[in-house]
Amino acid sequence: MELYDLEKKFQEKIEKEIKIEPRDWMPDAYRKTNLRQISQHAHSEIVGMLPEGNWISRAPSLKRKAILIAKVQDEAGHGLYLYSAAETLGTSREQMIDDLHSGKAKYSSIFNYPTLTWADMGAVGWLVDGAAILNQVMLCRTSYGPYARAMVRICKEESFHQRQGFESLLVMSQGTEAQRAMCQDAINRWWWPSLMMFGPKDSESTNSDQSMKWKIKRKTNDELRQQFVDMIAEQIKLLGMTLPDPDLRWNEERKHYDFGEINWTEFWNVVKGNGPCNKQRLEARNKAHEEGAWVRAAALAYAEKKRVRTTAKVA
Amino acid sequence: MQTQPTIDYALHLADSALILGQRNGEWCAHGPILEQDIAITNITLDLIGQSRLFYQYAAACMNESGTAEATEDTLAYLRTERSFKNLLMCELPNGDWAQTVLRQFFFSQFQLLLLEQLQHAGNEQYAAIAAKSIKETQYHVKWSSEWVIRLGDGTAESHEKMENAVNALWMYTGEFFIAADYEAVDVAALKNKWMEAVTAIFEEATLSMPENTFMQTGGKTGTHTEHLGYILSELQYLQRTYPGAEW
Repeated sequence: MELYDLEKKFQEKIEKEIKIEPRDWMPDAYRKTNLRQISQHAHSEIVGMLPEGNWISRAPSLKRKAILIAKVQDEAGHGLYLYSAAETLGTSREQMIDDLHSGKAKYSSIFNYPTLTWADMGAVGWLVDGAAILNQVMLCRTSYGPYARAMVRICKEESFHQRQGFESLLVMSQGTEAQRAMCQDAINRWWWPSLMMFGPKDSESTNSDQSMKWKIKRKTNDELRQQFVDMIAEQIKLLGMTLPDPDLRWNEERKHYDFGEINWTEFWNVVKGNGPCNKQRLEARNKAHEEGAWVRAAALAYAEKKRVRTTAKVA
Repeated sequence: MQTQPTIDYALHLADSALILGQRNGEWCAHGPILEQDIAITNITLDLIGQSRLFYQYAAACMNESGTAEATEDTLAYLRTERSFKNLLMCELPNGDWAQTVLRQFFFSQFQLLLLEQLQHAGNEQYAAIAAKSIKETQYHVKWSSEWVIRLGDGTAESHEKMENAVNALWMYTGEFFIAADYEAVDVAALKNKWMEAVTAIFEEATLSMPENTFMQTGGKTGTHTEHLGYILSELQYLQRTYPGAEW
């Protein structure tokens, strides 16, 4: 079959909403885009464990400690499913992790912001997981089968995390003056970075058109961002807190909230490695990996010894 | 109405589980491989869960006898260094992965034997908590003993690190079997079985059992290592900074 026909057949499948599976023919660029996106997503789960792991030892009650530990553990699990999904495209987890550690592969910039107070655990759950979910709900219908299926599992847990984050802020918002101030401060710091999670404006986004055509993405960055603003602008009323945007107001004509301009200079700065924690996050990942090298080597050596002994016994 | 020894014993069991959970929690997001990060975090969660059950029971006993308005959180967050009764081993720094898995093995193997007895110690609450915790602890023993074997019989480097871990931790095992006056289980009687289990795993791991070593004691009665104060500083920081706040 000619390349042209293969591509035509591939696009027909996409149009008919038939999932693309690992053994199916796919354009190189489709493979690469999915690999980049899924591995970035996996890396984000793993790096995302760091800012939250930062508060495990200091959680203010045993219940909150258990919830936080379980949440960070879920993220490790999400990382595992996603690495497995990405491996179906022909790159090993080891290679992907090396690319993360060398700085070649990216992860979500949101995790380059620091978690400064306990209220950040609530704000991250509510805003960051809230933004992630909108993207992930869309990805449950993405065209690449293994990615879509991983997302279905992940979405269930993520929406639980978002509710827990909101509930934690709700308790604080009904607490003491100091707790209310801590809660508002966390919202102030996480709001704009959360909006940035949806990526550049549609007019500036380089990968968007092709990804929409291949149904890897089904909504544009701006559509998802608007959906997020509309959702959070309502939920924050329940907290009795405010969002740090003087331009935020309901637009009756559009039936959406208008909101202010994102600081795109900050966005690109963090993407390029100048966020408050870019360096620390990569250092922490590299340190864990390097210090674990002898453990992984020992596990391999032992497995090999065991295999040889078993073979000897059978023989 | 429950007596002070029952309360103290519940606190001892809760403190050991909490402090070891707090230590293991430091691995979360920093483990040597993703699957093992998940495994140690799972154990951490089990330990925190067990500590909550014992604290809740201690609090219920205290409230019943009118000594205080206690909750699981007041007991974990508002007691000081000298009133914590955890085993010394639980508060030691994690060290490397060898030390962490060996500590887990020593502790969990002891805890398993203890929980089996606690089911028959004539206290329904203890029996119920023990029954639930045994299932978790069986997994902790399995996971940690497999790691002791894997590292002991892995590479020359891992073997050496395992031997170092044995040397660092052994002196904290003696305390397990010296009864404090509040203990409801005859811990001295658990020693032979524990030694048998450890010997078997060490043999498979090609590790040598230490010779007679001096044994450290004091955790059960509140005389700790210098490490505990720092653990509590972190653990209790928010409750201490914002007295009376709910989270």
